[in-house]
Amino acid sequence: MSSIELKNLVKKYGDGFPAVNDVSLDIADGEFMILVGPSGCGKSTLLRMIVGLEDITSGDLLIGDKRVNDLAPRDRHLAMVFQNYALYPHLTVFDNIAFPLRLSKGKHTEEEIKAKVHDAAGMLELEEHLDRKPANLSGGQRQRVAMGRAIVRDADAFLFDEPLSNLDAKLRGQMRTEIARMQRRLGVTTVYVTHDQTEAMTLGDRVAVLKKGILQQCASPRELYDQPVNLFVAGFIGSPPMNFLPARVEGSTLKLPFADVPVTGELAQRVSGLEVVIAGLRPEYIKDATLGDQPQGAATFSAVVDQTEWLGNEQYAYIPFETDPSVHAQLEELERDLDGEGMRTQMIVNLDARSRVLEGDDTPLFFSPADMHVFDPNTGENLTRDEAKANQIAQDSEEQRKAALKRAKAREVRQAQDASKAS
Amino acid sequence: MDDNLSTKVKSWLGVAAIPIILWTCVPLLFILAESLKSTTALGDPTQNTFGNFWPKDISWANYQLIFTGGAKDLFLPALWHSVVVCLASTVISVVLAMFCAYAISRLDFPGKKVILTTALAVSFFPVIAMVTPIFNLWRQIGLFDTIPGLIIPYLALTLPLSIWILSAFFQQIPWEMEQAAQVDGATHWQAFVKVVAPLAAPGVFTTAIIAFFTAWNDFVFSLNLTAQNARTVPAALAFFTGASQFTQPTGAICAAAVVVTIPVVILVLVFQKRIVAGLTSGAVKG
Repeated sequence: MSSIELKNLVKKYGDGFPAVNDVSLDIADGEFMILVGPSGCGKSTLLRMIVGLEDITSGDLLIGDKRVNDLAPRDRHLAMVFQNYALYPHLTVFDNIAFPLRLSKGKHTEEEIKAKVHDAAGMLELEEHLDRKPANLSGGQRQRVAMGRAIVRDADAFLFDEPLSNLDAKLRGQMRTEIARMQRRLGVTTVYVTHDQTEAMTLGDRVAVLKKGILQQCASPRELYDQPVNLFVAGFIGSPPMNFLPARVEGSTLKLPFADVPVTGELAQRVSGLEVVIAGLRPEYIKDATLGDQPQGAATFSAVVDQTEWLGNEQYAYIPFETDPSVHAQLEELERDLDGEGMRTQMIVNLDARSRVLEGDDTPLFFSPADMHVFDPNTGENLTRDEAKANQIAQDSEEQRKAALKRAKAREVRQAQDASKAS
Repeated sequence: MDDNLSTKVKSWLGVAAIPIILWTCVPLLFILAESLKSTTALGDPTQNTFGNFWPKDISWANYQLIFTGGAKDLFLPALWHSVVVCLASTVISVVLAMFCAYAISRLDFPGKKVILTTALAVSFFPVIAMVTPIFNLWRQIGLFDTIPGLIIPYLALTLPLSIWILSAFFQQIPWEMEQAAQVDGATHWQAFVKVVAPLAAPGVFTTAIIAFFTAWNDFVFSLNLTAQNARTVPAALAFFTGASQFTQPTGAICAAAVVVTIPVVILVLVFQKRIVAGLTSGAVKG
């Protein structure tokens, strides 16, 4: 068990292209850290630098306060689960899990190895498959064998490289909760790479969002969602994604394609020098006005719904709009960064399932201006980010994490006591 | 998807295969038949059935001749030399090729392409063109008619082929496998021995068999670079003589040919099961 500290890590390939550029992260002992970003953002490279499969061009990597830049992978005491599992096909499940134990010669007797492997296999429900070869296992079972191989050796930290991307949707959900439970139970520092934001949001204590090798924001999922630092993070986190609307600044009013929103206080000052800003509205912030419960000061407008999708528990409505040419280029680039296709010139609204909006209807809608994010179109910076609130969220989630670890440990102790009583 | 061929197509393919099987088997059967004929039967078609093909009375005289009779002193040492030379050159070539192919498939170093193209160029080179210079050199440095003197040229023949086959095999093994082993605490060497080598086993066996056959079947080098102390069977056959200078030693040569074919057949039968592609299936998502 140890903390992992990344100090200004840089990875440059032969052609001088920095795949990872000046990334600093502080991963606490027992923390579940997610590295997330669109493809090619350097998240896997960063993970491979931590485990030692990729050289570090510059910067320092510390595991438990010890600089490990020049250590070989085997001397870093980390366990890794690969995307394609990398099981040894010529060995049985038992031998696969025992492999790391057998490598550290003389440390474990054959009985100890047997006990440890059976322990891990029991935890992962692999007992009846121990004599089989990986080729005969299902995807989920292979995944569990790979995890067994990681947990059997009491490593300082677990590293996961998109471990669930090869599983089907149902199994992915199951394994996701399984990984979360295991991590809490073992209390091991974990670094987990994914491009799936559901995994990022549900698993992570903190999530580090990367774009083109540069760390954008590292915060708890809640903070990322509520207080993103820039346009990229705001667009990347959330599904369906945040709507970005061009907004002309006219005095103390923001003219959105559908509505005029008055701005006050600090925000008015910040946007004063700009001609156009980008307004960010999450789909669920916009509500159907016909259903009532409209708060004071809400911005109301009506728009023609082009298409609706009713999903039972919620309903999406698509509203096309004309984009402003002055921010067109900026939004197009953002779309490319997010691995998207084509320009998003429609607004997605996540309506209540009760709403009876029909396609082609001119629908009255409203949103609370306080929920709206405003971004500088030139720098992408979020002008509405509230540092005080963000700090509060960060503190809360850190406390929650510690409480969860404590609970898991207490449960462990209780179970051990129960077990000893029972025997 | 596993069976796209209908039964009809399959049976037609089966029928079409028969002439090919006959085409390849008849010469071999003919050698066997010849080796079982007595000296008189060789020259007298009436003593044979199927139109001079199979002898009516099977005679083991030819085998007696090469194992215990007059040709014993020529054949038995040659057999021994063949075994020693071929095994040694196979082992050396496979081991060297394994290291070389591993480096080629895993490392990025200058001159990688040069090694591969040189290896290919060498194997295109006509063997007969190498014999004279080697003969001269060997005579001067004392390697003529020695076992190492034969092993070294055989390595030149087998190494290029082995390197090409093995590097293709190593490239098929997912690199993650090795990286996983390293993360699990293995050194480079341990990862190679415990993970890469077992996975490459089918490739290693294929290579070994091909290397062995190349050496086993060679005639040109053995004929020109040896006299008595290292002569292998294919060359020794050329020195068989009949009972008098007017009798051809056909029977004895055929018997010896049958004897040297046996290890080849055994090797193929034994290792056939080991040459299984797809051993790596199941390691990664497939």
